[in-house]
Amino acid sequence: MEKISIDVSRCKGCGYCICVCPSGAITKSEEVSKKGYTVISVDESKCVQCGSCYKMCPDYVFQIF
Amino acid sequence: MKYSIPKTITNIESGWCPGCGHGIVTRLLAETTEELGISDKVIIVRDVACGSMQSGVVTYNNIGAAHGRTIAVAAGAKRIRKEDIVIANPGDGSAYSIGIESTMHAALRNENILALVVNNSVFGMTGGQMSPTTLPGQKTTSSPYGRDTSYNGNLLDIMKVLNTFDIAYLARGSVDSPSAVMKAKKYIKKALMMQQDNKGFCLVEILSPCPTNWGLSPEDSLKFIKEKQQEYFPLGEYVDKGGYDK
Repeated sequence: MEKISIDVSRCKGCGYCICVCPSGAITKSEEVSKKGYTVISVDESKCVQCGSCYKMCPDYVFQIF
Repeated sequence: MKYSIPKTITNIESGWCPGCGHGIVTRLLAETTEELGISDKVIIVRDVACGSMQSGVVTYNNIGAAHGRTIAVAAGAKRIRKEDIVIANPGDGSAYSIGIESTMHAALRNENILALVVNNSVFGMTGGQMSPTTLPGQKTTSSPYGRDTSYNGNLLDIMKVLNTFDIAYLARGSVDSPSAVMKAKKYIKKALMMQQDNKGFCLVEILSPCPTNWGLSPEDSLKFIKEKQQEYFPLGEYVDKGGYDK
Protein backbone atom coordinates (compact mmCIF):
# COMPACT_ATOMS: atom_id res chain seq x y z
CA MET A 1 0.00 0.00 0.00
CA GLU A 2 1.25 3.43 -0.93
CA LYS A 3 1.96 6.06 1.63
CA ILE A 4 2.23 9.82 1.41
CA SER A 5 5.52 11.41 2.30
CA ILE A 6 5.98 15.16 2.73
CA ASP A 7 8.96 17.44 2.93
CA VAL A 8 7.62 20.51 4.72
CA SER A 9 10.95 22.30 4.50
CA ARG A 10 10.11 22.96 0.84
CA CYS A 11 6.57 24.19 1.60
CA LYS A 12 5.72 27.84 0.97
CA GLY A 13 2.20 27.57 2.34
CA CYS A 14 0.30 28.47 -0.86
CA GLY A 15 -2.50 26.08 0.04
CA TYR A 16 -3.19 24.61 -3.43
CA CYS A 17 -3.04 21.13 -1.89
CA ILE A 18 -5.65 22.09 0.69
CA CYS A 19 -8.17 23.23 -1.93
CA VAL A 20 -7.67 20.22 -4.23
CA CYS A 21 -7.52 17.44 -1.61
CA PRO A 22 -10.73 15.39 -2.06
CA SER A 23 -10.68 13.92 1.44
CA GLY A 24 -9.79 17.00 3.45
CA ALA A 25 -6.63 15.36 4.77
CA ILE A 26 -4.44 18.46 4.39
CA THR A 27 -4.69 21.45 6.68
CA LYS A 28 -2.59 24.49 7.53
CA SER A 29 -0.49 23.68 10.55
CA GLU A 30 0.65 26.13 13.19
CA GLU A 31 4.23 25.37 12.39
CA VAL A 32 6.23 28.16 10.78
CA SER A 33 9.15 27.11 8.60
CA LYS A 34 12.67 28.59 8.81
CA LYS A 35 11.82 30.90 5.93
CA GLY A 36 8.71 32.18 7.66
CA TYR A 37 6.00 30.31 5.78
CA THR A 38 3.10 28.65 7.58
CA VAL A 39 3.44 25.10 6.33
CA ILE A 40 0.81 22.38 5.83
CA SER A 41 0.25 19.15 7.69
CA VAL A 42 -1.30 15.88 6.50
CA ASP A 43 -3.66 13.59 8.39
CA GLU A 44 -2.46 10.26 7.03
CA SER A 45 -5.52 8.38 8.26
CA LYS A 46 -7.71 10.47 5.91
CA CYS A 47 -5.32 10.35 2.93
CA VAL A 48 -6.53 8.28 -0.06
CA GLN A 49 -3.21 8.50 -2.04
CA CYS A 50 -4.93 10.07 -5.07
CA GLY A 51 -1.94 12.27 -5.89
CA SER A 52 -3.91 15.51 -6.36
CA CYS A 53 -1.59 17.33 -3.96
CA TYR A 54 1.46 16.04 -5.85
CA LYS A 55 0.02 17.26 -9.15
CA MET A 56 -0.77 20.75 -7.89
CA CYS A 57 2.18 21.46 -5.58
CA PRO A 58 4.54 24.05 -7.14
CA ASP A 59 7.28 23.33 -4.60
CA TYR A 60 7.57 19.53 -4.76
CA VAL A 61 6.53 18.86 -1.16
CA PHE A 62 4.58 15.64 -1.78
CA GLN A 63 5.54 12.17 -2.89
CA ILE A 64 3.48 9.00 -2.80
CA PHE A 65 5.16 5.62 -2.72
CA MET B 1 -0.45 4.89 -7.99
CA LYS B 2 3.04 6.08 -7.16
CA TYR B 3 4.08 9.67 -7.57
CA SER B 4 7.68 10.60 -7.03
CA ILE B 5 9.53 13.79 -7.81
CA PRO B 6 11.56 13.49 -11.04
CA LYS B 7 15.29 12.94 -10.56
CA THR B 8 16.17 16.02 -12.59
CA ILE B 9 14.63 18.26 -9.93
CA THR B 10 17.24 19.36 -7.39
CA ASN B 11 16.92 20.02 -3.69
CA ILE B 12 17.64 23.70 -4.18
CA GLU B 13 14.72 25.85 -3.16
CA SER B 14 13.15 27.74 -6.04
CA GLY B 15 12.98 31.53 -5.99
CA TRP B 16 9.36 31.65 -7.05
CA CYS B 17 6.63 33.21 -4.94
CA PRO B 18 4.19 30.94 -3.05
CA GLY B 19 1.59 29.65 -5.50
CA CYS B 20 3.56 30.40 -8.67
CA GLY B 21 2.66 28.18 -11.62
CA HIS B 22 6.24 27.99 -12.88
CA GLY B 23 7.01 25.25 -10.35
CA ILE B 24 4.20 23.06 -11.68
CA VAL B 25 5.22 23.63 -15.33
CA THR B 26 8.86 22.79 -14.50
CA ARG B 27 7.80 19.55 -12.85
CA LEU B 28 5.67 18.61 -15.87
CA LEU B 29 8.67 19.19 -18.11
CA ALA B 30 10.91 17.07 -15.85
CA GLU B 31 8.32 14.28 -15.72
CA THR B 32 7.76 14.16 -19.47
CA THR B 33 11.47 14.18 -20.35
CA GLU B 34 12.06 11.43 -17.81
CA GLU B 35 9.24 9.33 -19.26
CA LEU B 36 10.61 9.77 -22.78
CA GLY B 37 14.17 9.04 -21.59
CA ILE B 38 15.59 12.28 -22.96
CA SER B 39 16.49 14.08 -19.71
CA ASP B 40 20.21 14.17 -20.53
CA LYS B 41 19.61 15.59 -24.01
CA VAL B 42 17.50 18.58 -22.97
CA ILE B 43 18.74 22.14 -23.41
CA ILE B 44 16.57 24.80 -21.89
CA VAL B 45 16.73 28.36 -23.14
CA ARG B 46 15.57 30.54 -20.31
CA ASP B 47 14.44 34.09 -20.33
CA VAL B 48 15.24 37.12 -18.18
CA ALA B 49 12.09 36.79 -16.12
CA CYS B 50 10.56 34.56 -13.46
CA GLY B 51 11.18 31.59 -15.76
CA SER B 52 14.93 32.09 -15.42
CA MET B 53 14.80 30.75 -11.86
CA GLN B 54 14.15 27.37 -13.40
CA SER B 55 17.90 26.98 -13.98
CA GLY B 56 18.62 26.12 -10.34
CA VAL B 57 15.59 23.90 -9.92
CA VAL B 58 16.28 21.42 -12.74
CA THR B 59 19.61 19.91 -13.73
CA TYR B 60 19.25 20.53 -17.46
CA ASN B 61 21.85 22.42 -19.42
CA ASN B 62 20.56 25.88 -20.00
CA ILE B 63 21.27 28.99 -22.00
CA GLY B 64 20.34 32.42 -20.67
CA ALA B 65 18.99 34.43 -23.57
CA ALA B 66 18.35 38.17 -23.69
CA HIS B 67 14.83 39.14 -22.71
CA GLY B 68 12.34 38.16 -25.39
CA ARG B 69 14.89 36.31 -27.50
CA THR B 70 14.52 32.81 -26.09
CA ILE B 71 12.79 31.38 -29.15
CA ALA B 72 15.37 32.87 -31.54
CA VAL B 73 18.27 31.54 -29.41
CA ALA B 74 16.60 28.14 -29.12
CA ALA B 75 16.21 27.98 -32.90
CA GLY B 76 19.96 28.66 -33.27
CA ALA B 77 20.86 26.06 -30.63
CA LYS B 78 18.73 23.43 -32.36
CA ARG B 79 20.30 24.14 -35.75
CA ILE B 80 23.75 23.46 -34.28
CA ARG B 81 22.83 20.57 -31.98
CA LYS B 82 20.25 18.63 -33.94
CA GLU B 83 20.42 15.57 -31.72
CA ASP B 84 19.43 17.53 -28.60
CA ILE B 85 15.97 18.49 -27.43
CA VAL B 86 15.76 22.27 -27.27
CA ILE B 87 13.04 23.95 -25.24
CA ALA B 88 12.53 27.71 -25.13
CA ASN B 89 10.92 28.81 -21.93
CA PRO B 90 9.57 32.35 -22.27
CA GLY B 91 6.68 33.98 -20.44
CA ASP B 92 3.80 35.79 -22.07
CA GLY B 93 5.51 39.17 -21.90
CA SER B 94 8.58 37.78 -23.57
CA ALA B 95 6.98 35.61 -26.25
CA TYR B 96 4.09 37.91 -27.21
CA SER B 97 5.36 41.42 -26.55
CA ILE B 98 9.12 41.93 -26.63
CA GLY B 99 9.76 38.77 -28.61
CA ILE B 100 6.64 38.50 -30.77
CA GLU B 101 8.77 38.82 -33.90
CA SER B 102 10.98 35.87 -32.91
CA THR B 103 7.87 33.80 -32.11
CA MET B 104 6.28 34.63 -35.48
CA HIS B 105 9.39 34.08 -37.56
CA ALA B 106 10.37 30.86 -35.79
CA ALA B 107 6.85 29.64 -36.59
CA LEU B 108 7.17 30.80 -40.21
CA ARG B 109 10.48 28.96 -40.56
CA ASN B 110 8.91 25.96 -38.79
CA GLU B 111 11.97 25.63 -36.53
CA ASN B 112 12.14 22.24 -34.84
CA ILE B 113 11.87 23.47 -31.23
CA LEU B 114 9.33 23.57 -28.44
CA ALA B 115 8.30 26.97 -27.14
CA LEU B 116 6.78 26.39 -23.72
CA VAL B 117 5.10 29.67 -22.87
CA VAL B 118 3.95 30.31 -19.31
CA ASN B 119 1.09 32.78 -19.61
CA ASN B 120 0.21 34.59 -16.40
CA SER B 121 -1.26 37.70 -18.08
CA VAL B 122 1.30 40.10 -16.52
CA PHE B 123 4.99 40.95 -16.63
CA GLY B 124 5.77 39.12 -13.39
CA MET B 125 9.33 39.82 -12.40
CA THR B 126 9.33 43.53 -13.19
CA GLY B 127 6.43 44.17 -10.83
CA GLY B 128 3.22 43.12 -12.53
CA GLN B 129 2.88 45.48 -15.47
CA MET B 130 0.32 45.03 -18.23
CA SER B 131 1.28 42.51 -20.93
CA PRO B 132 -0.38 41.72 -24.30
CA THR B 133 -2.38 38.99 -22.58
CA THR B 134 -3.72 41.11 -19.72
CA LEU B 135 -7.49 40.69 -19.66
CA PRO B 136 -9.81 43.64 -20.33
CA GLY B 137 -10.58 45.28 -16.99
CA GLN B 138 -7.70 43.54 -15.21
CA LYS B 139 -5.82 45.80 -12.81
CA THR B 140 -2.04 45.82 -13.08
CA THR B 141 0.60 48.27 -11.89
CA SER B 142 0.61 49.99 -15.30
CA SER B 143 -3.19 49.86 -15.69
CA PRO B 144 -4.36 50.71 -12.16
CA TYR B 145 -7.97 51.32 -13.25
CA GLY B 146 -8.12 48.11 -15.25
CA ARG B 147 -7.14 47.49 -18.88
CA ASP B 148 -9.22 49.74 -21.13
CA THR B 149 -9.29 48.13 -24.58
CA SER B 150 -10.18 51.43 -26.30
CA TYR B 151 -6.98 52.99 -24.92
CA ASN B 152 -4.59 50.04 -24.38
CA GLY B 153 -5.70 47.92 -27.32
CA ASN B 154 -7.04 44.43 -27.46
CA LEU B 155 -5.41 41.40 -25.95
CA LEU B 156 -3.40 38.94 -28.03
CA ASP B 157 -4.55 35.36 -28.44
CA ILE B 158 -1.55 33.59 -29.98
CA MET B 159 -3.70 30.58 -30.91
CA LYS B 160 -5.71 32.77 -33.32
CA VAL B 161 -2.48 34.09 -34.82
CA LEU B 162 -0.54 30.85 -35.28
CA ASN B 163 -3.29 28.37 -36.13
CA THR B 164 -3.11 29.22 -39.82
CA PHE B 165 0.68 28.71 -39.91
CA ASP B 166 2.32 25.55 -41.16
CA ILE B 167 3.61 24.36 -37.77
CA ALA B 168 3.62 20.98 -36.05
CA TYR B 169 1.75 21.58 -32.82
CA LEU B 170 -0.12 24.35 -31.06
CA ALA B 171 -1.97 23.85 -27.80
CA ARG B 172 -3.05 25.66 -24.67
CA GLY B 173 -3.22 24.02 -21.29
CA SER B 174 -3.73 25.25 -17.76
CA VAL B 175 -2.63 24.37 -14.24
CA ASP B 176 -5.77 25.34 -12.33
CA SER B 177 -6.76 21.83 -11.22
CA PRO B 178 -5.17 18.36 -11.05
CA SER B 179 -7.06 17.25 -14.18
CA ALA B 180 -5.94 20.35 -16.11
CA VAL B 181 -2.35 19.69 -15.00
CA MET B 182 -2.53 16.16 -16.43
CA LYS B 183 -3.90 17.51 -19.71
CA ALA B 184 -1.13 20.10 -19.90
CA LYS B 185 1.39 17.30 -19.33
CA LYS B 186 -0.09 15.40 -22.26
CA TYR B 187 0.36 18.45 -24.51
CA ILE B 188 4.00 18.91 -23.48
CA LYS B 189 4.74 15.22 -24.00
CA LYS B 190 3.18 15.26 -27.46
CA ALA B 191 5.21 18.32 -28.44
CA LEU B 192 8.45 16.71 -27.25
CA MET B 193 7.68 13.54 -29.20
CA MET B 194 7.13 15.65 -32.30
CA GLN B 195 10.48 17.34 -31.80
CA GLN B 196 12.16 13.93 -31.49
CA ASP B 197 10.72 13.06 -34.90
CA ASN B 198 11.68 16.44 -36.43
CA LYS B 199 8.10 17.49 -37.13
CA GLY B 200 8.66 21.23 -36.70
CA PHE B 201 7.64 24.14 -34.52
CA CYS B 202 5.62 23.36 -31.42
CA LEU B 203 4.15 25.97 -29.11
CA VAL B 204 2.45 24.99 -25.88
CA GLU B 205 1.01 27.76 -23.76
CA ILE B 206 0.19 27.09 -20.13
CA LEU B 207 -2.17 29.41 -18.24
CA SER B 208 -0.47 29.88 -14.93
CA PRO B 209 -1.35 31.70 -11.69
CA CYS B 210 0.56 34.73 -10.40
CA PRO B 211 -1.02 35.42 -6.98
CA THR B 212 1.56 38.08 -6.10
CA ASN B 213 0.92 40.35 -9.07
CA TRP B 214 -2.78 39.61 -9.42
CA GLY B 215 -3.28 40.66 -5.79
CA LEU B 216 -5.26 37.51 -5.07
CA SER B 217 -4.84 34.61 -2.70
CA PRO B 218 -3.46 31.44 -4.35
CA GLU B 219 -6.87 29.80 -4.11
CA ASP B 220 -8.62 32.77 -5.73
CA SER B 221 -5.96 32.77 -8.46
CA LEU B 222 -7.04 29.28 -9.51
CA LYS B 223 -10.64 30.53 -9.67
CA PHE B 224 -9.48 33.55 -11.69
CA ILE B 225 -7.89 31.23 -14.28
CA LYS B 226 -10.98 29.05 -14.46
CA GLU B 227 -13.58 31.81 -14.59
CA LYS B 228 -11.88 34.80 -16.24
CA GLN B 229 -8.67 33.82 -18.06
CA GLN B 230 -10.17 30.79 -19.79
CA GLU B 231 -13.05 32.93 -21.06
CA TYR B 232 -10.57 34.83 -23.25
CA PHE B 233 -8.07 32.00 -23.72
CA PRO B 234 -9.95 28.74 -24.37
CA LEU B 235 -7.98 25.56 -23.74
CA GLY B 236 -7.32 22.80 -26.22
CA GLU B 237 -5.22 21.69 -29.16
CA TYR B 238 -5.33 24.09 -32.11
CA VAL B 239 -2.82 22.59 -34.53
CA ASP B 240 -1.92 18.92 -34.38
CA LYS B 241 -0.08 17.14 -37.16
CA GLY B 242 -1.40 13.91 -35.70
CA GLY B 243 -0.13 10.44 -34.95
CA TYR B 244 0.94 11.10 -31.37
CA ASP B 245 -2.14 10.28 -29.32
CA LYS B 246 -0.58 7.92 -26.86
